This record gives sequence, structure tokens and C-alpha cells, in this order.
Amino acid sequence: MQSLTGFLILGAEAEATGVAWGDMATLLFTFIILLVLLRIFAWGPLMNVMKERQDHISNEIDTAEKNRQDAERMSSEAQEELKKTRQEAHQIIEDAKQTAKEQEQDIITAARTEGERIKESARQEIETEKEKAIQALQDQVASLSVRIASKVIEKELSEQDQEKLINEYVKEVGEGR
Amino acid sequence: MKNLDHKQPMVTDVLGISWLDFNMSNVLMIIVSAVIVFILAVSATSSLKRKPTGMQNFMEWIIDFVKGIIGSNMDWKTGKQFLPLGLTLLLFIFVSNVLGVVTMISVDHTIYWKSPTADPGLALTLATMVVVLSHYYGIKMKGVKEYGKDFLRPMPFLFPLKIIEEFANTLTLGLRLFGNIFAGEILLGLLAGLMTSGIGGFFGGLIPMLAWQGFSVFVGAIQAFIFVMLTMVYMSHKVSHDH
Repeated sequence: MQSLTGFLILGAEAEATGVAWGDMATLLFTFIILLVLLRIFAWGPLMNVMKERQDHISNEIDTAEKNRQDAERMSSEAQEELKKTRQEAHQIIEDAKQTAKEQEQDIITAARTEGERIKESARQEIETEKEKAIQALQDQVASLSVRIASKVIEKELSEQDQEKLINEYVKEVGEGR
Repeated sequence: MKNLDHKQPMVTDVLGISWLDFNMSNVLMIIVSAVIVFILAVSATSSLKRKPTGMQNFMEWIIDFVKGIIGSNMDWKTGKQFLPLGLTLLLFIFVSNVLGVVTMISVDHTIYWKSPTADPGLALTLATMVVVLSHYYGIKMKGVKEYGKDFLRPMPFLFPLKIIEEFANTLTLGLRLFGNIFAGEILLGLLAGLMTSGIGGFFGGLIPMLAWQGFSVFVGAIQAFIFVMLTMVYMSHKVSHDH
């Protein structure tokens, strides 16, 4: 209060209280020292760290953005690749099916041809055998006729006997066969 | 008016210079405040990490707070050089204000421990320093010619008012701070006197004492904020081109 009144009524009690210029000088001096020291030891490092963090975060954001774009690009590439592969696989299956069908056709054709051929040869063989059989039969009929004729000549018989004889021989021939 | 009867520990005529007087309690409290602010700030920023923890968060909050004050008055490119000044002012004034709230020590009716900002001379010294700095930065950033022209704007005949404004700014800036803190200390002193007068006085004064101490801390913070805010307002008047 003393200093306040002293301040307000300057000069009135100047000798007793006055304006404490020393205090003011001390305050100024101390404050400036404090300002400089804090700038060196506190605000400087702290602001550096804040700046560094800011840079770090903006870097991280940039990197994240880049990574995201990369991932997107890669994903679309993979999609493309997958599509292509699927198409290729489809193509391969189609080709295989086609080939199989062709082979099947070939095999069937070959089998059919072979069958035809076998049938043909069998038929020829049968024909040959038939010819042979007919030939043999004809030969036999000829020899039989000769023997019948010789028998007829051997014995002059009545009509009844002759008939009987013929029947006998016919029977004999029938049995002989 | 117990504490008003207190004597000030004056040391007069130091080094034989007739006007060089020291009030030792002021000198003590200035140094105590400065040391506390220094220890607080340096310990809070001693282990700086990119991922902040504990006190670093608090300090960064203060930095952002002062950045906000500066940013609301001028663009950041001009204002960033005032950041250390604003931070130091804010912490120094707040700590000074609160020191007188926490306790008050007097020896032989001579008061030693109080708020340095409860002294009108010291509050005005801070205000004067700020105003002088604003003139300095005005000249530095705009040049003498442009700085001088600002006194003739918007109308040349307002020049005397402009001059008066500078002194009024200084006076109001300093005395606002002083008035708030001094009033708080007086009431705290009266309540302390009441509480030491007897049992009834102790319990009668306990609740008002606690309430007023809380309020004084609040006032101390608000006054520190206002002081820094006005500092930046005056700075921007001097360094900005846009008015």
C-alpha cells in the first residue's frame, strides 16, 4: 500500500518509498534471462519435437496413401491375373474335351472298320467251306450213283425187288450220311 | 487491514545512487517465480518423446494454447516469433499470481513472500516492456516510415489520440494485472487475520478462505491469459499491414 500511494502521489513521499527502480530493473533483467534460457532449454527442443512429430505424421500419411495405392494396384493386377488364369484353364479343358472327342471318334471308326473286315473275312471263309461241302457232296453223289448202278446191274430183279432194293439203298445212303 | 500495515523491506540508495531503491521482497519473489517457471518448463521438457507422455503433453497443450492466442490476432508467419515471449509471459505471470495465493510470509511485520505482480511498479514494468517490444517489432518489420505513418491513420488529426492510446494501453495492461492480484491478496490477508483471531474466527473464515483461494487461482490464470492476449493484440496492431 505504501508503494501504491507512493506511486500515485509521486514525489510526495519520494524519500520514504518512491518508485523502486531497482525492482523494475531486476524484473526486466530476470525476465529477459528467463526468456533466453527457456528458449534455449525448453521451448526450442519442445517445438523441435512437435515439428518433428508433425513431419513424421505427414510422412506416415503419405506413406500410407502410397501403400494403399500400391495395394489397390496389386489387387487389381492379381484380379487380372486370376481372370486370365481362369480363362486359360477353361481353354485347356475345352481343348482336352475336343481332343478326347476326336480320339473317341477315331477309335469308334477304327473298331467299326476292323469289325467290317473281320465279318467280311468270315463270310468269305463260310463261302469257301460251302463250296467245298457242295463239291464233296457232288463227288459222293456221283460215287453213290455208280454203286447203285453197279448193284442194279449185279442183280436183275423184279420190279418189286428193285423197288425194295432202291428203298434199301436209299435208306442205306440215308443212314450212311 | 493487517497486511496493509506491513512494512516493505526496502533497501534504498544502493551503490550511493539516490534513486536506486530495491524492495527486497519483490526481488526475492521475482527470482523465485523465474526459478519455478524455469524448473517447471525444463523438467517438463527434459525427456522429450515423439509420442508425448505426462508433463510433455501439458507443455504442448500450453504451446498450442498460446499458438491459438497468437493465431487469433495475426497470421502465423508473422506471429511465430512471439511464441516464446507469449509462453514465458503466460507461465511467469501465472506462477507469480499463484505464489501469493498459496502463502504469504512476513517476518517482524515486514512482508517477504507475496505475488510480485501485486506490486504496481512491477506489473507496469511488464506492461511497458510489452508495449516497447511492440514498437520495436513494428519498426523492425514495417520500417520506420511505415511505422510512423501508422500514427496518422486512419485520420491525421487523430495523432494525439494515438499517442495517448499508447500510454493508456500500457497503464491499463499493467494496472489490470496489479489490481486483480492486489485485491485478491488483500482479501486473503483479511481472511487470514480473521482465522488467526480465535476459534470462532478460524471456523468462520475457513470456508471463505478456501473459496477465495480457489477463485484467486482462477483469477491468476485468467489474468495471465488476458495479459498474453492483449500483448498479442498490441503486437498485431504494430506489425500487421491490414488495418
